[in-house]
Amino acid sequence: MALLEISNLQAKVGGRQILNGIDLTVNAGEVHAIMGPNGSGKSTLAQVLAGRELYQVTGGQVLYDGKDLLGMAPEDRAREGIFLAFQYPVEIPGVSNMYFLKAALNTVLKHRGLPELDAMDFLNLVREKMKLMEMEQTLLNRPVNTGFSGGEKKRNEIFQMAVLEPRLAILDETDSGLDIDALRTVAGGVNALRGPERSMIVVTHYQRLLNYIVPDYVHVLSEGRIVKSGGKELALVLEESGYAGFGIEDEAEAVGKR
Amino acid sequence: MTAVSETTSQWLEQFTTQAVADRGLQELRDAGLRRFLEIGFPTTHEEEWRFTNVSPIARTAFRPYTWEAKVHRPPGVERLSESDYQGWLAGGQNPFVALNTAFLRDFVMLRVPRGAVIEEPIKIFTCQEAQVPSVIHPRTVVVVGAHAQCTIIETYVGKGTYFTNAVTEIVAGEGAVVDHYKVQQEAAGAFHIATMQATLGRSANFSSLSISLGGALVRNDVNTTLAEGTEATINGLYIADGRQHIDNHTQIDHAKPHGTSHELYKGILDGKATAVFNGRILVRKDAQKTDSKQTNKNLVLSDEAVIDTKPELQIFADDVRCTHGATIGQLDAEALFYLQSRGVGKKEARELLTYAFAQDLIDRVKVQSLKERLETVLYEKFHEHGG
Repeated sequence: MALLEISNLQAKVGGRQILNGIDLTVNAGEVHAIMGPNGSGKSTLAQVLAGRELYQVTGGQVLYDGKDLLGMAPEDRAREGIFLAFQYPVEIPGVSNMYFLKAALNTVLKHRGLPELDAMDFLNLVREKMKLMEMEQTLLNRPVNTGFSGGEKKRNEIFQMAVLEPRLAILDETDSGLDIDALRTVAGGVNALRGPERSMIVVTHYQRLLNYIVPDYVHVLSEGRIVKSGGKELALVLEESGYAGFGIEDEAEAVGKR
Repeated sequence: MTAVSETTSQWLEQFTTQAVADRGLQELRDAGLRRFLEIGFPTTHEEEWRFTNVSPIARTAFRPYTWEAKVHRPPGVERLSESDYQGWLAGGQNPFVALNTAFLRDFVMLRVPRGAVIEEPIKIFTCQEAQVPSVIHPRTVVVVGAHAQCTIIETYVGKGTYFTNAVTEIVAGEGAVVDHYKVQQEAAGAFHIATMQATLGRSANFSSLSISLGGALVRNDVNTTLAEGTEATINGLYIADGRQHIDNHTQIDHAKPHGTSHELYKGILDGKATAVFNGRILVRKDAQKTDSKQTNKNLVLSDEAVIDTKPELQIFADDVRCTHGATIGQLDAEALFYLQSRGVGKKEARELLTYAFAQDLIDRVKVQSLKERLETVLYEKFHEHGG
């Protein structure tokens, strides 16, 4: 059975329709890349799947593990194993990274019927995962994302993912704003988490990330619809011809043409 | 002069049934009563009381409550005799201070000798529990000698309907270091009106944190006067729910050059609560090189809660740095979603963010036992109201 089945998903934000009928099936262990120009609806799709209330679903259905995903609260989706790595991780002054992550992990463990971790076990776990992400341990005691550099924020997202061990990870432009070294580290962290039981949706504007996180499938999104799907080679074709080669206008370029 | 009205007559009656004190003290009381009868209870037509209607206090008949403050006086702290203190705050424009003066009785007067470093906090605990509406007029005076160091913790609690009309006077000598904490946890039906006056010497370092959690109607006046090179940190946290009203008026008077003041007041409002922050900073002509920063931040959790915030900067010197800022906001929707997206429940996420808003003020509490107590109190408070 498919882990995620999106059928004819439509969504809007404010008065603006963004998703115009997305169909996508993700099986266990698969990595799907979603590519598209700015404004094509990539991030909206990621946010809708994670349950952001700002976006209003206007039609369609999403089944996750056979259950109606759209009826679930964001925290229940997370407990069921969905993880969104944010494009812009949120700074939360006053809440320590450690406290936050421990609370999150124990909620998820409890939901899965597993024993909660005590302070020592938790520390051992996070130490191991921080090493993977080449992160300074002092980041644990700092408030969530507060004063982190762009690279530190993105690493922190993948670090959280490594700790929470989701079944479906959605990476929303995790490559944006990263230099090549940071990109390698982040991609390395993601690849270490690949496995037959874990699916991923990798949202990106650029093909570069897909050199490091090699997808099983690539989908091209335009104006809220998937206009082309293929294997990993599709990303390379896209790199060659640009979105224009697919008859898609990148919003930034399109502005002058209106 | 206002004639003795319905609202002031009960106080005149209480005054006359009060046993006569020694001459000096009785003169003070007489002056206090006279002043109170002159100005009477304030109305909302007066700028200082525009947003705080004290008529529920004026209307209520209170009985004097027999009490005594519980004082923890650490070794090295001496009692101060009334005759050795000339500073008595007697009223001025504040009728509640005048009323307090008229009923000067169970005052706490302490002295920290010059150069003494008192490690343990001085604790003053005030509690009122009566079957009928009652009133107390606590007066605390702490005189800290030059280069001495101490911590003062005032706590106010109680049960039922009552009125606490408190005045605290702190005098810090040259180079003294004084940390002051006030924890107001009055009962839900209580009226709490308090004035704190800190008169700070040259190069003294003073910090004050006023935490207002309880009470139906609360007004705090925190007034500080700085000398040359004095450093003052004036912080406050107010958390109100239901129909609570909490008014914080502060005044920082930079009288001499090179003074520094940092002020941070934070409020968390829920239900139909109302709050007032009025921060006056006075930089007198002589007070060149003053460095003053005022911040008021409010977290409003409901549609019906109201905050009135007003900075009042009066600057008469020309070479100073004074900044002020006020914010009123709600819980950050993105932060809420971020926490939820990691599995934290919505209610818990709201509690966590609300707590986090107050966190930086609690983090600055230097007395470990007090810090832990406040953490527990706040945790329980948000647990109960959050979501």
